[in-house]
Amino acid sequence: MSLSYFIQQLLNGLSLGGAYALIAIGYTMVYGILRMINFAHGDEFMMAGYFMIYSIAVFPWFISIPIVIAATVVLGVLIERVAYRPLRNAPRMSVMISAIGVSYLLENLANYLFTAMPQSYPQIPILKYVYNFGDISVSRVTILAPVLTIVLTVLLVMLVNKTKLGMAMRACSKDQETAKIMGIRVDNVITMTFVIGCALAAVGSILYFTDRNTVQPYSGSLPGLKCFVAAVIGGIGNIPGAVVGGFIVGICQIAITAAGYSVFSDAFTFVLLFIILLVRPSGLFGEKAVDKV
Amino acid sequence: MKKKLMSLLLAGATVMSLVGCGSSSGGAASSDTSSASASTEGAAASASGDTVKIGIFEPKTGENGGGGAQEELGIEYANSVRPTVKVGGKEYTVQLDWQDNQSDKTVAATAAQKLISDGVVGVVGGYGSGVCIAAGSYFSDAKVPAIGTSCTNANVTLGNDYYFRTCYLDPFQGKVMANWAYDNGYKEVATIDNIGNEYTSGLVKTFTDAFTALGGTVKDAETFQTNESDFKAILTNIKKSGVKAVFAPTDYLYAPLLLNQAADLGLSVQWIAGDTWYSNVLIKDAGDNANGVVADTFYSEGGNADFDKGFKAWIDADSSRKATNLDSDAIVGNHAVAYDAYMVMLDAIESADSFDGTKIRDAIASMDASDGFACGPYKFDENGDAIKNTSYICVIKDGAWTFQSEEKVDN
Repeated sequence: MSLSYFIQQLLNGLSLGGAYALIAIGYTMVYGILRMINFAHGDEFMMAGYFMIYSIAVFPWFISIPIVIAATVVLGVLIERVAYRPLRNAPRMSVMISAIGVSYLLENLANYLFTAMPQSYPQIPILKYVYNFGDISVSRVTILAPVLTIVLTVLLVMLVNKTKLGMAMRACSKDQETAKIMGIRVDNVITMTFVIGCALAAVGSILYFTDRNTVQPYSGSLPGLKCFVAAVIGGIGNIPGAVVGGFIVGICQIAITAAGYSVFSDAFTFVLLFIILLVRPSGLFGEKAVDKV
Repeated sequence: MKKKLMSLLLAGATVMSLVGCGSSSGGAASSDTSSASASTEGAAASASGDTVKIGIFEPKTGENGGGGAQEELGIEYANSVRPTVKVGGKEYTVQLDWQDNQSDKTVAATAAQKLISDGVVGVVGGYGSGVCIAAGSYFSDAKVPAIGTSCTNANVTLGNDYYFRTCYLDPFQGKVMANWAYDNGYKEVATIDNIGNEYTSGLVKTFTDAFTALGGTVKDAETFQTNESDFKAILTNIKKSGVKAVFAPTDYLYAPLLLNQAADLGLSVQWIAGDTWYSNVLIKDAGDNANGVVADTFYSEGGNADFDKGFKAWIDADSSRKATNLDSDAIVGNHAVAYDAYMVMLDAIESADSFDGTKIRDAIASMDASDGFACGPYKFDENGDAIKNTSYICVIKDGAWTFQSEEKVDN
């Protein structure tokens, strides 16, 4: 195995892992605050892909990117309002089932609106520029993905730890009742969680689809599941954990495929999930569950 | 305690979501598909009043929705050319019963049963071998003859007396492409197989056999799973192997992904594919990266002037048809085989002079007709496969599919 081959595959894994990490953050944040798994998150990511296709038809890329982020945020907040908020006091399982419903709704809606044909994702020249180092060639987005992921994660961790909003989020995730008594508007905090999660999913979708070129209505389902697994591996509710989980899942998937066992690449992700749940149910970085008596 | 509860919950949720994933490819609702055939007549009545029903078994949605849409255009056009069928001296209007098999093997069985309970006299379709294999036994049990359009896997018609097809088969196609590759100086190639996809796996196998028999070597055999969208790992492997040509007869869905990701990785090889890649969408989706791709097809524009002229005029007459055909009036092989399948069915009904399934089946089996088709003549072998020995090799040159050569292989 030559060095250039190894580096090429490593870059492949890092760029995939970076996109996974950004989506996994959305799962982990919503879980941290609402204790629910937002199964529609992967499909919001897919919708972000379609938003880009349609906005780039009208606007230049530097305007399209903010539009895509804004549209995805609006979609995510709308889903929270319509499908999750009315169930705030219902058992947690009901919200989860509602999320699965939303996931199917988005897939079928995309099927209806945009047809099942895969549509080509706009190639933004500034992202697609290809660098050549000897045998290795990488597009700019491949390098950008992991870097951007880490920068955004650092910013997000700072937001959670240093700002008032972050403090409110941490309070809500500890105990919503008490947070409410302390004067925190829990609904606003939850909305903000969805805003951040969806904005990151939109950025993730730009990184992911620019490298993979086509969007179709089911583009979000498998990446969504894998990112959910990534969030669990890292310790669901823990932001840096989700990022590490995303990179682990991405790099493992590339490594297994490169070794010629692509049959097992999807299965491996889920085997990893079971092993983690058996050995370390709270994930690699998960907080120890404190039993409240 | 809480820890355990949570892990259980998560495990449960994962299982649920996995189940969801399994069926999601076929989850698309399609209430509009049957509306075209909204008729009140009872089941099993093959012809009532002045109409007779012919079932259309195509994927409108799912991964092969695009290919299905093109064949539906071919069938619709055929129906506009020949809207009636004469049996017993009486003209019957052909009513098309559209059922969406959603590119999903489970839905395919349901769609087949719906067609049978609707009382169709015959079935035309469809795109994709997997769904046709899944539906085949329902048609033969009900003695409803079916004519496949572009389902190229041998098992569609093998052992099924009621399934025929107007296209050629994978073994033939595999041989054609192996010959082409070898004759054009590619002695070492890589192959890309989609695990669990009958079409791709069948073609890769026959290609490999034929290519090895010619004296070539398959240096790298890569595989991927259905719904994969990241091909960088296998493409990096192919780059490492140093081959100059890659045989990738995948479903259309993966074609632009492979081409674009290969370009990003600096992998420049001769791409060789099967009939599925022969689509104008590929040029739109992959842009410059599609130049040089070679694929074979059932029919190449220019093969039949009358058909070309009629079909183009029909497409141009209606903007929604043109939109379905991706804003172009270009003709692909799927239009032609679908058109022919409809015509074969009507010919057979007329020569059987009956709506009885067995009689129509016998009429197809003994058919030897040459007029009125896009890429005829039609004669079927003992398995029910159209006897064809010509395939059209096309290449993408300067952003357009260009006819390159005819390849003849004797089966």
